[in-house]
Amino acid sequence: MPDVTLNIFRGDSNGGEFVEYKVEVDEGQVILDVVHTIQATQANDLAVRWNCKAGKCGSCSAEVNGHPRLMCMTRMNLFPEGEPISIAPIKTFPLVRDLVTDVSFNYEVAKEIPAFKPRDPETDTGYRLQQMDVERGQEFRKCIECFLCQNVCHVIRDHPENKERFYGPRFFVRLAELDMHPLDTEDRTELIRKAAGVGMCNITKCCTEVCPEDIHITDNAIIPLKERVADEYYDPLRWIFRKLSGR
Amino acid sequence: MAEYATHEYDVLVIGAGGAGLRAAVEASAQGVKTALVCKSLLGKAHTVMAEGGIAAALGNIYEEDNWQVHFRDTMRGGKMVNNWRMAQLHAQEAPDRVYELETWGALFDRTKDGKISQRPFGGHRFDRLAHVGDRTGLEMIRTLQQHAVHKGMDVFMETTISTLVKDGDRISGAVGYVRESGDIIVFKAKAVVLATGGIGKAFKVTSNSWEYTGDGHSLAYAVGADLIDMEFVQFHPTGMVWPPSVRGILVTEGVRGDGGTLRNSENERFMFNYIPEFFKAETADTIEEADRWYDDKVNNRRTPDLLPRDEVARAINAEVKAGRGSPHGGVFLDIASRQSADYIRRRLPSMHHQFKRLADVDITQEPMEVGPTCHYMMGGVRVDPDTAASTVPGLFAAGECAGGMHGANRLGGNSLSDLLVFGRRAGLGAAEYAQGVSGALNVASSDVDASVADMLAHFERDGSENPYKVQQDLQETMQSLVGIIRQESELAEAIDKIAALKERAKNTGVEGNRQYNPGWHLAMDLRSLLTVSEAIARAAHTRRESRGAHTRDDYPTTSDEFSEVNVVVKQQPDGGMNISQEPLAQMPDDLAKVFEEANVA
Repeated sequence: MPDVTLNIFRGDSNGGEFVEYKVEVDEGQVILDVVHTIQATQANDLAVRWNCKAGKCGSCSAEVNGHPRLMCMTRMNLFPEGEPISIAPIKTFPLVRDLVTDVSFNYEVAKEIPAFKPRDPETDTGYRLQQMDVERGQEFRKCIECFLCQNVCHVIRDHPENKERFYGPRFFVRLAELDMHPLDTEDRTELIRKAAGVGMCNITKCCTEVCPEDIHITDNAIIPLKERVADEYYDPLRWIFRKLSGR
Repeated sequence: MAEYATHEYDVLVIGAGGAGLRAAVEASAQGVKTALVCKSLLGKAHTVMAEGGIAAALGNIYEEDNWQVHFRDTMRGGKMVNNWRMAQLHAQEAPDRVYELETWGALFDRTKDGKISQRPFGGHRFDRLAHVGDRTGLEMIRTLQQHAVHKGMDVFMETTISTLVKDGDRISGAVGYVRESGDIIVFKAKAVVLATGGIGKAFKVTSNSWEYTGDGHSLAYAVGADLIDMEFVQFHPTGMVWPPSVRGILVTEGVRGDGGTLRNSENERFMFNYIPEFFKAETADTIEEADRWYDDKVNNRRTPDLLPRDEVARAINAEVKAGRGSPHGGVFLDIASRQSADYIRRRLPSMHHQFKRLADVDITQEPMEVGPTCHYMMGGVRVDPDTAASTVPGLFAAGECAGGMHGANRLGGNSLSDLLVFGRRAGLGAAEYAQGVSGALNVASSDVDASVADMLAHFERDGSENPYKVQQDLQETMQSLVGIIRQESELAEAIDKIAALKERAKNTGVEGNRQYNPGWHLAMDLRSLLTVSEAIARAAHTRRESRGAHTRDDYPTTSDEFSEVNVVVKQQPDGGMNISQEPLAQMPDDLAKVFEEANVA
């Protein structure tokens, strides 16, 4: 295979620049392989996160030629021969170094979501659930927390200040999962409306497009959550009931 | 004097895969102040890659299943050198640990009557693995992670422990570094739980990630704990082999559990030629019986495609050597001709995705090419089965870095259940121990300074050795000399080469600064990798027989002498590695009966 030219962002919170690397590519390689080759032979200190190298852990998110991708699942043969490829860190989170960003926002949000609270099991050998009922939640539980959806969501990508009042698509997936979980008993509607800020999403579906697990984030998670909030808070009959009952 | 922040806890858990998370949850539940330290971000540990399922005798598919059958399968899979008590506790407690996960939010696949579904796997008598498609590990780690964050423990992500500190004979803390900043971090802790996983990065072809450098093994060894069973390294029979960049990535045993068969270049189901005497009575010897077994496991014997992993890995190795391999040096794994495309996509979604994306192979239409890949370390810290306590007071270990549970070979599915059963026990053991510690423990600043000097020395050297190159050479050495088939002269050669690599590792220099510097991190990981590699090579050299995952060309059969012992690795006072043989714990008679009873034959 021929040499490939990569322009990789090198730098930290004080700034940085794209640095050019030329590297030989083997058959079947993915972007992450090539980054590893550079790391082993040309730049030992090139910072990159990765673990499974099989699209299961969601560690190696980056923007390759401007497209948000998992580097481990992006084959080199996707790119036209002879043209340089650029790799930049995901943009929504503060840069730590090179391709590594500070994604702690997501771990803070995860803590704010009230824990799963199941009903009691009906037998001493667990619950009885139908496959159809678990499958709805299973779609959401495929999420590998690569945070690519968070990265492309312009509510927080272009407006970092919104992180104070908007959880982002990853956590709408989590909230939808809990909301539709066949065993959960906790009501999180108020949180979905207020703290999570589901109303700020204007359904551009950018998150759905980049999901490496093909979760239908907008259609199956966000829109049902919006409907849940609308039913609860903006249905005129319920509104009157709430006023009268003082709930 | 080094600058650092010191944090004080009752229990410090190192590693946040299944075992570490479960240990931290348990310790926290006991009311002790608990910290969880992990090398990667939370939820990215190796558990996330587990595919097939959690082995537990729930009896949801076959009522005939129970803990005794599971215990028996586990011991026989481990070629009877497992610690019997660990295997017993594991088989007895796994069902409760699975049900518990469900109360924490896990959504397992179901049977038609709404129970947790179970799939067949290698070496298990009955369908036994609770699963979520082929992404059970993700379900497990996410469930534990989401449960843990509400339990009041402190989590230190992307933090690596490089030294354990003792006060007298007892553990008193740990020293490490934070990846993001390169800052030194010190923990004072009454008890430490090691849950650091395996050692796969010592080998060239592996299903393991960068994290698997034997840190827990090496940390324990350095403070004088015993390691056992280090010669037993599992090569999973089915890793991807093509293209080169994906070589080693795991292909779940669930493919065979769900009907997939292994074939050679002559389209022969060759596993029928490799049924060992030990498993003859319980293995189908005709294609007809093997195929009936998928639907009726009571009246038929198991297909040889699902012999334990050590047997299948050796068979594939032999077929390739005999010239009957696939074009890229593996064999064929075919499910396309056995199941409908719909079924395959539903049961094995991530395999389908992985082959399509990484190898341009549609597994619903064509066979996969597979071959052995280093997957799992049976050996580890010697622990008390009930409390997970190591031989060093205050030091506990659970999961892959603990030894004994799996003997000479682990059965598929028994790892996730091991993590849950012994993660919980380690958390409990450590919490109870910590509650009993009176008086203040000291972390001597001289110990911290020595550790810090060691870590920072890499920046002061001339950089004549590239840490990546040293790791690569170690991987070549281990792969070619300490791999699936071993022999005396090669093991001796490996021991010499590892000694030379240790010298080279002392000269590794790093470029750049301390902030998120992978070259520096690897230079430090090399110490652990070299320690475990030496332990593996020396233990393998000592065990002059073939048993389970340890195959000696020069001693091709099991020996009575070695059926009675563990090989024990321990650091000598002068720093050298001591290898000894110690008698196995003796199984009580009532348990031994399990192996005679007809209903579990």
